[in-house]
Amino acid sequence: MQLSREALLRAYRQMKVIREFEERLHVDIQTGEIAGFTHLYCGQEAVAVGVCEHLSVEDKIVSTHRGHGHCLAKGCDVNGMMKEIWGSREGLCKGKGGSMHIADVDKGMLGANGIVGAGSPIGVGAGIACKIDGKGHVAITFSGDGACNQGTTFEAMNMAVVTKAATIFVFENNHYSEHTGFEYAVGTQKDIASRAEAFGMKVWRGDGTDFFSVFETMREVLEYVRVPGNGPAAVEFDTERFFGHFEGDPQRYRGPGELDRIREFRDCLKNFRKSVTDAGVLEHADLDALDTEVLAEIEESVRQAKAADRPTAEDVLTDVYISY
Amino acid sequence: MAKMMYRDAVVSTIAEEMERDENVVCLGEDIVGGMGTPGGPEAIGGIWSTSTGLFGKFGADRVIDTPISESAIMGAAAGLALSGKRPIAELMFADFIGVSLDQIWNQLAKFRYMFGGKTKCPAVIRMAYGAGYNAAAQHSQAVHQILTGMPGLKVVMPSTPADVKGLLRTAIRDDDPVIFLEHKALYGMTGEVPDDKEYMIPFGHARLTRAGQDVTIVSTGLLLGFCEAVADKLAAEGIGCDVIDLRTTSPIDEEAILDSVEVTGRLIVVDEAPPRCSLASDICATVAEKAFAALKAPPLSVNPPHTPIPFARELESAYLPSTDKIEAAVRKVLSYR
Repeated sequence: MQLSREALLRAYRQMKVIREFEERLHVDIQTGEIAGFTHLYCGQEAVAVGVCEHLSVEDKIVSTHRGHGHCLAKGCDVNGMMKEIWGSREGLCKGKGGSMHIADVDKGMLGANGIVGAGSPIGVGAGIACKIDGKGHVAITFSGDGACNQGTTFEAMNMAVVTKAATIFVFENNHYSEHTGFEYAVGTQKDIASRAEAFGMKVWRGDGTDFFSVFETMREVLEYVRVPGNGPAAVEFDTERFFGHFEGDPQRYRGPGELDRIREFRDCLKNFRKSVTDAGVLEHADLDALDTEVLAEIEESVRQAKAADRPTAEDVLTDVYISY
Repeated sequence: MAKMMYRDAVVSTIAEEMERDENVVCLGEDIVGGMGTPGGPEAIGGIWSTSTGLFGKFGADRVIDTPISESAIMGAAAGLALSGKRPIAELMFADFIGVSLDQIWNQLAKFRYMFGGKTKCPAVIRMAYGAGYNAAAQHSQAVHQILTGMPGLKVVMPSTPADVKGLLRTAIRDDDPVIFLEHKALYGMTGEVPDDKEYMIPFGHARLTRAGQDVTIVSTGLLLGFCEAVADKLAAEGIGCDVIDLRTTSPIDEEAILDSVEVTGRLIVVDEAPPRCSLASDICATVAEKAFAALKAPPLSVNPPHTPIPFARELESAYLPSTDKIEAAVRKVLSYR
């Protein structure tokens, strides 16, 4: 644990923001006030934050349909995000993207995505751009175990190797593609990383429920990919999804006691707190203070989202093209 | 003005724009050609010779030869465009859009809108389309009707070398995604092309190529030449045709069509795509809705039949709209009083 106190507090805070943002969405969605499909990231926070804490605004990320965590970790504004999910015209995407399509290119966040597996080729393009610019920036594509079965992911991995794109495939294996188990849907029944290995990439593996495992693994991966000429790499993090595929999913496919077990033993926030307090680097009181601060921040974002301007019929027609 | 082939207008425009703006990059299957073979790079230079010489001039960072991976090519173009580059991606045959459609339709076309207007997406996707080479059903299709129907894309169909020059330059400098459809049977066409490296044709402005009082004929691409031949023949009989080259199908120059029909009262749309839900049916419907009072005859469309494209020479000839079919259509609309 070589991180400074400030870095630890920051990482915890980032994870906590994602957790509370989504726990709050989970409650508010039940009221019916929020439209559409929402896919929650809770449980996987250590991956988003463990990856993005290494990135600058010039590094790019490409996200998934379960994208809130990646967006927040890459620096998207909490209030802008909440307003977007509530469908306000003040939202990050003026209420036109919603939960599944949030992006903020200025922050290097190239979009969540409603199409499973669509992100990988986009990440390769962004990685080629990074390679051309030659400044050591990288593009990272987050994909789940579902996306690893899409042809786009295979095409993208091969193309990344061929073009030596400065890109990293981060696979978050949460064991479920929608409602279907990893054991059934992934033919290797072993892992995803070995597939990436077969494309000739250097691969890493880490525990996605442990921030320190993600952070240290990514330090190595990034060190490798930031070297011009090395080309792409892949990393697989084993992680857990606390909620269903989408909000409202009763999760009948889960085993008895499974959710209780992962909430108890595989919760990255609990694990983080235990690590840093056991090591005597931070006190419970430090983290409790952050918890209170974050809860207030989320409460405020909801208040703002509820009060924000709604879009009007005229807004339907704007932003199709830059010029026509 | 210099005489130039349609295919050479493509490659010279790309080269000029790559020289002007270092953010312009090309990618596609075999656009270099010969990579990793004993023959070596540039053994091919693009199967249509529309990228010959670019690799030698601009190098591997800006002229990227890709594996046969259409989804990855279009997705990479999307990622490049979001990262400040101006990619020109080549889809070798327009028929291959099916393989890569998600990246074109759900990604490139929608980014700007989904992201609340806070991004631009300056990608050009070039593709060779059209029948006339006996390449049969999976290598001959005109796909503009599918792409024109997708909000967020601009669709360009040049019919002359000069238009290739002016429209491709506009496409490369445009900040929105542009589909640039090059007709295979026109690649060898020669014509005068302006030398000016700033020569640009704005999108959404049709070109009146023949003027007449009796019938409006709307077309673009390969079939435009067929329409002009018919107009020239009928002019000798005293029948005057307005021939309108649309140049772009999205945006479309509705005004040019309606203005002409207001005078002629008769409309024929000649379209290379199959008839159902086609460009022709769309234009006929628009005119019926907006210029009904001016019409002296029902608007008529001339399309191929609703079939896949056949292989044998006799069959392909029967499939494509011919000058005879266009002439018959003109005479038919003239038969109404």
